[in-house]
Amino acid sequence: MDLQILLLLGQDGITNGAVYALLALALVLVFAVTRVIFIPQGEFVAYGALTLASLQAGKVPGTVWLLLTLGVIVALLDGIKLLRERRYAKLPPLLIFNVGLPLIAAAGLFAIPPTQLPLALQVVISMLLIVPLGPMIYRLAFQPLAGASVLVLLIVSVAVHVALIGLGLLFFGAEGSRTPAFTDLSFELAGTLLQGQTILVVVASALLIIGLYFFFERTIYGKALRATAMNRTGARLMGIPPMLAGKLCFTLAAAIGAFSGILIAPITTIYYDSGFLIGLKGFVGAIIGGLASYPVAALGAILVGLIESYSSFYASAFKEVIVFTLIIPVLLWRSLSTHQIEEEEE
Amino acid sequence: MKHDHAVILDVRDLTVAYGKVEALHKISLSIRRGEIVTVIGPNGAGKTTLLSALMGLLPTTGEIVYLGHSQGREREVEYLVRHGMTLVPEKRELFAEMSVEDNLLLGAFDRYRTGHRDQMETMDEVFELFPRLEERRSQLAGTLSGGERQMLAMGRALMAKPKLLMLDEPSLGLAPLIIKEIFRIISELKETGVAILLVEQNARAALQIADYGYVLETGEVSLEGPSHDLAADQRVIDVYLGLGHKH
Repeated sequence: MDLQILLLLGQDGITNGAVYALLALALVLVFAVTRVIFIPQGEFVAYGALTLASLQAGKVPGTVWLLLTLGVIVALLDGIKLLRERRYAKLPPLLIFNVGLPLIAAAGLFAIPPTQLPLALQVVISMLLIVPLGPMIYRLAFQPLAGASVLVLLIVSVAVHVALIGLGLLFFGAEGSRTPAFTDLSFELAGTLLQGQTILVVVASALLIIGLYFFFERTIYGKALRATAMNRTGARLMGIPPMLAGKLCFTLAAAIGAFSGILIAPITTIYYDSGFLIGLKGFVGAIIGGLASYPVAALGAILVGLIESYSSFYASAFKEVIVFTLIIPVLLWRSLSTHQIEEEEE
Repeated sequence: MKHDHAVILDVRDLTVAYGKVEALHKISLSIRRGEIVTVIGPNGAGKTTLLSALMGLLPTTGEIVYLGHSQGREREVEYLVRHGMTLVPEKRELFAEMSVEDNLLLGAFDRYRTGHRDQMETMDEVFELFPRLEERRSQLAGTLSGGERQMLAMGRALMAKPKLLMLDEPSLGLAPLIIKEIFRIISELKETGVAILLVEQNARAALQIADYGYVLETGEVSLEGPSHDLAADQRVIDVYLGLGHKH
């Protein structure tokens, strides 16, 4: 194998690895704050990519209906509770976020054919359609179980994953989609062609990671999320409600997922169920980080991307096997070395 | 009955049960503005349970009137924090992997969320009270000594500008000199008008600074009165202040 192929594969690996890193960070975040192992993380990737593809194909994406339905259910559940407790002041924001905005999004889609919009606006609309699903799913599936064990939360997580896959098939059909590249630019580097799209993915991922870093280190809401992950009782006593923390990190996870999907939509064909495998590779990265360390999880995910890329060249048929086998030595090393996250006793 | 605005917390017949086991039985107590009230008693008497119940962490029966409002359905930690009730728990519950400054900042989280932006000024006030914390402001909370941790836990609670500060065993596990320092600060805090509910095993130190005291034994109030009366009570002296007692 010559240098050129080596570089080409490395470029591929880092591109995929950057996306896995984003997902790994989201998984670590969700687990640290809510103890949910978020299997449906990958579905947000597929939903993001396929929603953008639907918009570009001039179709109304089925995710609009999901957003409207979930929004109405959340508004009903929380609205009745607020009415009972006579906390009327909180009703307008509840209705605006869960019913008003989805309705405006849906109306907008029917009023203006999305194909005529510039790409950036299509991306924004896709994000607006997918990201609110995160907190809504948290509200419906996980918030009522806040005190449950990690295992129960995992089972619910699998159920949500299966439901989203099924809905994905319903919304987008069995055919895969690929969106046109965001940019046609390309460069020569050491005799290899460097695709503009690849650079875009890596740069956008890096920017998002830096943004997340600032959010967690510099803003009081980011610190509140970290505090909840460190000490749930302490955080509650500061008036940081676990519910708020949960909603916030599911929103972030959905945003990261949808954004990753939009990033990779032009480089891979995404099917309704592609998200699962992509999410699992992020999960391997998260496991390398012990579901606790953000930098190690991100590096682990990039390693997963590289291994995947090189093994697809040497032993293409075993590509997935090799990647997922990686988890075994990591788990061994993790369980033999000391630090691990214990389940919190209440 | 006309409500006395100086009364911060008024508890009548508070009962807490873990399943069928009653941990607290018909407790009644009240605290006024600028007053230190102490609850003393042996280990396992239900002192921590009492504070957790008042903070809305445990289901209760009986009546709790806080700031003149009878607490019903909305008795949730978040609601109480927003209305100025704070608890410094026995285990301190600090954010170990965060700096002292960030711990303090998060103490003002709910005030920040409700639009207040005075957290830096409040932090300076806390530093005036606990100069040690200012020296350690960028150090991780997990690396602090026991006394500094207690100071940080109290400082973090004060960041919320509380009307009622509840302290659970602030002297636990601390050296005598540090205990003295902590109790000096507690009595200093009284001057700011905050009501303090102090739960302590260290009866001697607690009765010295408190205005009023309750003795809690096996989930019931067995004795109450102004602290100097309690400190002079033969039974209290025998059981809690006697020479054989370690504190």
